[in-house]
Amino acid sequence: MSGSIKDRVAIAGMGCTRFGERWDTGTNDLLVEAAYQAFEDAGIEPKDVEAAWLGTSSSGGTGMTLAEPLRLQYIPITRVENACATASEAFRNAAYAVAAGIHDIVLAIGVEKFKDSGMSGMGGGGTDGPGHAMLSQGLPPRQFAMLATTYFSRYGLSFEEGKHMIGRVSWKSHKNGALTRNAHFQKEVSMETILNAPMIAWPLGLYDCCGVSDGAAAAIITTPKIAKRLRKGKEPPVFAKALQIAISPRDGNYNSKYDWTHVEATVRAAERAYKEAGITNPREEISMAEVHDCFSITEAVTMEDLRFSPRGKVKDDIESGRFDLDGAQPIQLDGGLKCFGHPVGASGLRMMYEMYMQLQGRADEVLNPGMPSRQIKNPKLGLTHNLGGSPDGCAIFVGIVGLEGV
Amino acid sequence: MAGIVSYGAYIPYYRLPRSVINKAWGRGGGRGEKAVAGFDEDSITMSIAAGLDCLKRTDPKTVDALFLATTTAPYKERQNSTIAATALDLRRDARNADFANCLRAGTTALLSALDAVNAGSLKSVLVTAADTRLGGASGENEQAFGDGSAAFLLGNKGVAVEIEGSYTLSDDLADYWRAHEDTFVRAWEDRFGRDEGYMKIPAEAAAGVMKKYNLAPKDFAKVCFYGANSRAHAALGGEMKFKPEQIQEPLLDTVGNTGAALPLMILVAALENAKAGDRILLVSWGNGSDAIVLRVTEQIEKIRDRRGIKRHLDIKRTLDNYGRYLRWREMVPLDPPTRHEGGLASMAAQWREHATALPLYGVKCKQCGTPQLFQSASSTHARICLECFAKDNFEPYRFADKRAKLVSFSHDYLGGGIDPPTTAAIIDFDGGGRGAFNMVDRDPDECQVGIGVEMTFRKLRYLLGSHTYVWKCKPVRD
Repeated sequence: MSGSIKDRVAIAGMGCTRFGERWDTGTNDLLVEAAYQAFEDAGIEPKDVEAAWLGTSSSGGTGMTLAEPLRLQYIPITRVENACATASEAFRNAAYAVAAGIHDIVLAIGVEKFKDSGMSGMGGGGTDGPGHAMLSQGLPPRQFAMLATTYFSRYGLSFEEGKHMIGRVSWKSHKNGALTRNAHFQKEVSMETILNAPMIAWPLGLYDCCGVSDGAAAAIITTPKIAKRLRKGKEPPVFAKALQIAISPRDGNYNSKYDWTHVEATVRAAERAYKEAGITNPREEISMAEVHDCFSITEAVTMEDLRFSPRGKVKDDIESGRFDLDGAQPIQLDGGLKCFGHPVGASGLRMMYEMYMQLQGRADEVLNPGMPSRQIKNPKLGLTHNLGGSPDGCAIFVGIVGLEGV
Repeated sequence: MAGIVSYGAYIPYYRLPRSVINKAWGRGGGRGEKAVAGFDEDSITMSIAAGLDCLKRTDPKTVDALFLATTTAPYKERQNSTIAATALDLRRDARNADFANCLRAGTTALLSALDAVNAGSLKSVLVTAADTRLGGASGENEQAFGDGSAAFLLGNKGVAVEIEGSYTLSDDLADYWRAHEDTFVRAWEDRFGRDEGYMKIPAEAAAGVMKKYNLAPKDFAKVCFYGANSRAHAALGGEMKFKPEQIQEPLLDTVGNTGAALPLMILVAALENAKAGDRILLVSWGNGSDAIVLRVTEQIEKIRDRRGIKRHLDIKRTLDNYGRYLRWREMVPLDPPTRHEGGLASMAAQWREHATALPLYGVKCKQCGTPQLFQSASSTHARICLECFAKDNFEPYRFADKRAKLVSFSHDYLGGGIDPPTTAAIIDFDGGGRGAFNMVDRDPDECQVGIGVEMTFRKLRYLLGSHTYVWKCKPVRD
């Protein structure tokens, strides 16, 4: 790998809509809301955008999904899809266009309008669509539940110990979500409620599963020079330090060497990202992270895959509060997928938005009124992580952003 | 002399006590229990289950035909036996046939297979008989009808049970019938069926075959015959002049009336206890009667390890919930699903995949020797080795007959379906290879990482007139 994105592009502005069950809001509205927030934050006009990358998993087709509502005038727009890594993939490709010197100011935007589907949880169901249908993959919860089954078994956790560990993950995210104005779920939940919730896919209960939401988020990506000019007199721009994607060949379902207690693609993407950003000890060097907590067990295992916790030991870090908002390495500062919600095509940029706001010291701009500050002290580097697919096979994004010179 | 080279049987895991049915309808009592096909089982899947038992240690590629007998074929137009034969991994040039529409279909298939072997046109024929007749809710047939299957391999070599002769009577006496439009069996006044039909015609056929071959009841160790209920069955035994100890127990209190499969299942049970030299009389009933004379050889000792009837009777779980049974049989209108159903599975894609997906073939890499199962959403054909990345350098490798260990699992309450939770499993096959399958016939509480599982052919779903079949796994229970 010869090239590195480190400090070659900067984020000049970002926007993020309220996530949730937005019955009265369509895809168009979500796109306009997020894009115009980003334009305003960056201090640019829509006509300044030279090109755009639109991420959506199932809420649109071509780039016209974006051009039509925003009335963008004949610029190049690429529609991107990489499951739950979709928005981050839009960001990565947009950043590469700037780094390549082809464009100066570009828009990366992700959107999902899920709640027109008429069902709880993700789309799909007990039956498969067209295809040879000789297989029954099933919905996401059961895929991730198997990660918990094997993790508990391998590390000798009783059902109660394992449930408490993953329950504590969600408890923390609900605490953070309660502080955050635009989150889907803004209520604290007791451990007792979490542990006694109905099973969705054993051993995962209701509170082990993230919200399925509508929402959009956007970023204006540009060169460091232009970013500094645009943000003159405001908070400094945020720089990309690493943008990595790793796509697995679905080894979990094919290869007996895969142990179902980790996600190999996360390990691969993270190691490449650390190398790109010049990080050797992520547990100490990464100030904070938004990771793909589609299910509580996913966050727990991801802490080990990112080397935030030693292999097999994440329980100690979870239970001791290391990842709480006031802990040594806060995770899911805005509530994560669990509470901020998960509009698939927007989630990666929502994570980036939280890192961006924290790095600029602006986290309390989206504080729920009357709540204590959610801003952490002097963050240097933030990491975002998406897992698109299931543990057996997935598209993984690991990105690192930070202030200039870090 | 041609005859039975191997036998096998299958009884579904779940048993519904008749007292549970009675309780649901506000009645007392209820004798014994009946075997109930799972929500994902039908006469094709049960034919395959019995066929697998029968073909233990037999190369399916040596079998020249599958004759599948049932009155409850999933398809009216589409060859049911070819679906089963493909899953059982018979050759493409096997001469499969469906025997249908009559409770005598099982013995008719057996005699047709025998004739083909005797004629020399087919050397080895697998005969399966399975039924899943549905009794209307709260009626007598709901009590009586059970689900199950039997299988026999007919051939010339290594014959364990010679078929010495047969005699058939055809008679359009309709005591029970079911028209094309009917879901449930209809019946004429029971005394007519009993007095003019069941109590006369099988006895006439039995007398006929004994006269034809100069035999008498005392020449038989056992007589195996169809019975709609225990009392009539015992009475017919007397009518045929057999002593009670000669009459093979008819499985009605443990399995129920399995229709076209019943006489053959009773025969399997008899063979499990038979010794060389025993002569057995097999008599079926349904618009006439087939009477068949069989004689056991010393080869019987070589096929004693089948699960057959005896072991399957012990592999069971009691269904203590009549509502669950009604749901499985789709006897009551259910709350509409909140998740959309998928579309019709592509017939072209299914056809393209059948050669690998139905018999559950993976591949073994010729370069590095790694067995592997390819299970993507669109294909079951591996092209590149997952271990050494060699391209298209494989030999076929079948997984359906391999046992496996449970690597991980989850019980899915969200995905819906007829019988939630659905248990998802990741398994590692003995000898190598991994796969993702649904797990059935399991108690959620017994699932643990590391337990042994075996493969079972089941229905994935029925939608828009199309049954989609898939292999699942289940705990090993012997």
